[in-house]
Amino acid sequence: MEIIRRRPMLSGLVGFFLLFTILGSFPIDPETKQAVVVQFGKPTRILNRYKPGEPIGGPGAGISWRIPFVDNIVWIDKRVLDVDMDRQQVLSTDQLRLEVDAFARYRIVDPLRMYIRARSVERVSEALRPILGSELRNELGQRPFSDLLSPERQGVMENVRLGLDRVARQYGAEIIDVRIKKADLPDGTPLQSAYDRMRTARLQEARSIRAQGAKQAQIIRAEADAQASKTYAASFGKDQDFYEFYRAMQSYQTTFIGDNGEKTSPTTIILSPQNDYLKEFTGRGR
Amino acid sequence: MPALPLFFGPHASYSGVMIIISGLGARARGLLSDIKGPWGSSGGGSDKGGGDKGGNGGGDGDKPSPGPWGEPAKRRPRSGGGGGGASNVSSLDEFMRRSRARFGGGGGGSFGGLPGRPDRSIIGWGLLGVILLWLVFTSMHRIAPEERGVVNRFGRYSHTLGPGIGLTLPSPIDRVIKIDVENIRNIDLGSSGTETLMLTGDQNIIDIAYSVRWNIRDPELYLFELAQPDDTIRQVAESAMRAVISRVSLDDAIGEKRGDIETQVNDIMQRILDQYRAGVRIQGVAIKQADPPNAVNDAFKEVTAAQQEAQSYMNQARAYALQLTAKAQGEATAFDKVYEEYRLAPGVTQRRMYYETMERVLSKVDKTIIEAPGVIPYLPLPQVQKSQPREQGQ
Repeated sequence: MEIIRRRPMLSGLVGFFLLFTILGSFPIDPETKQAVVVQFGKPTRILNRYKPGEPIGGPGAGISWRIPFVDNIVWIDKRVLDVDMDRQQVLSTDQLRLEVDAFARYRIVDPLRMYIRARSVERVSEALRPILGSELRNELGQRPFSDLLSPERQGVMENVRLGLDRVARQYGAEIIDVRIKKADLPDGTPLQSAYDRMRTARLQEARSIRAQGAKQAQIIRAEADAQASKTYAASFGKDQDFYEFYRAMQSYQTTFIGDNGEKTSPTTIILSPQNDYLKEFTGRGR
Repeated sequence: MPALPLFFGPHASYSGVMIIISGLGARARGLLSDIKGPWGSSGGGSDKGGGDKGGNGGGDGDKPSPGPWGEPAKRRPRSGGGGGGASNVSSLDEFMRRSRARFGGGGGGSFGGLPGRPDRSIIGWGLLGVILLWLVFTSMHRIAPEERGVVNRFGRYSHTLGPGIGLTLPSPIDRVIKIDVENIRNIDLGSSGTETLMLTGDQNIIDIAYSVRWNIRDPELYLFELAQPDDTIRQVAESAMRAVISRVSLDDAIGEKRGDIETQVNDIMQRILDQYRAGVRIQGVAIKQADPPNAVNDAFKEVTAAQQEAQSYMNQARAYALQLTAKAQGEATAFDKVYEEYRLAPGVTQRRMYYETMERVLSKVDKTIIEAPGVIPYLPLPQVQKSQPREQGQ
């Protein structure tokens, strides 16, 4: 007490210093972070290490301790992290090109190894990015183009994941998932030729649709003709002789007068008195 | 250092500095004793004594030391704890009084008996109030109906508060992160301005725009499991849509399979995000646009035109067919009717029909009847023909 009274300024400073030291000795470890405690550069403890299947709120996170000035804490993200790849051109076995954009999700599962090998999470990402590209190129390069369109089906992505995981383990990381975000034809010739193919396919389709339509129309007409002819036959076939007479009468009328007011070319008929129509004209008693 | 002697007067500069420091200390102690006030600690007397002792230690000369502001100390008799003589009252006492007056506002030190007591209790109650307010505001949390409050105890996830008033430990211990879980968020992918091209299963290219709606299912997973949840959902959406589109043909994607595609993308996204433990629920995927790219759009329009054209061919044929069959039926029915009559009296009917037809025919045409047998070969046909223009001219 005496010293405080004598040198309050100094003791105040010391007090603050002690307070911060004490507060600093009990670091709070949030759920989103794991930590490596480093003693003069030598890692001694790991806080809140990721354990698979452990629910949130487990015993890892929370308040912890450290020896002031001796222990240094390196924070490392515990969450699922992202490696986004640059666009890669992939050549399939049948020499077709595809531009692929993929991403991988990973998590630091061994903070100590990560700290020793890479120091920071950013450097892990940087190390994994080119490897993701090359793994993808290698794996997709062994396939024909048609397989590249849906690489999930053949387990290609699982192979890429395993390949990348092997490397990631060296950095204390685990690859959770690798997915292809985009798979496009490269600009220029491949894209243009695909467009040409689509265009010609469509024109062909258009032409075939027209032809089909014409065919259908013709069939409909023919069927109608057949139907009409059947109707005529059923009706006219009852008495062929009468039909001949009846039809002749109709035909004369159509030919000389016209049908439905339709004007025919003017006709001059020269009749002989021997004509059946004029039979009575000459007088019955001749 | 030439300014210091001028400032503090001709006395030892060292003691002047010390006075300042001890004065600050006294000020701090004064604060502390104020805090103790409400709890009934009567630290005033002891403080006073302490202050005097400090004064003794600091101002070791007989002469009154100048105050920190260079003002000579006032010699005033003091009631409480006046251990030192009048000559021994240092500037520190004055300084303490000033500082106390500054804090207390009423210059309580000049009163006898209980210096500063009422002022201290006011400060004390004020502080208590502040602490109570602090406790109330940091331990009671109003959670809106659409929100959840994720409680972290010293950084460790403890529990999740539902809507209503939630009670937690005060702030440095428990911290609450409020997060809106009901709000359905929307991500638009492939905006209408630019083309988002995708390869379909039949190696065609489609221009697609879609949106994903999602909300938070498990706030603690959403907060703690993914480094960039929003980016992750976007990337997963892109990946899932590409995967599904690469399995269907262009015609299906443009046409009637859209609903299927939406459902499949939804399911795949949900599965992947569950695998990441994202704590997110995909509410729906909507394809807003699925068209052929602009470069080939004309060819696709050609197909539509061809379909229309084919349809019109068929319509024409159907019209013809209807007309033809109707005509056939009409004629057949007419024949049947006439035939029925004819069968009743064949000879008469036939003659009647013959004459009727002949009448109709011959009444409308030019007729020439030649009776002499030898005339026929010499009939001037041009003259017969001439009658036609005349007829037309009339």
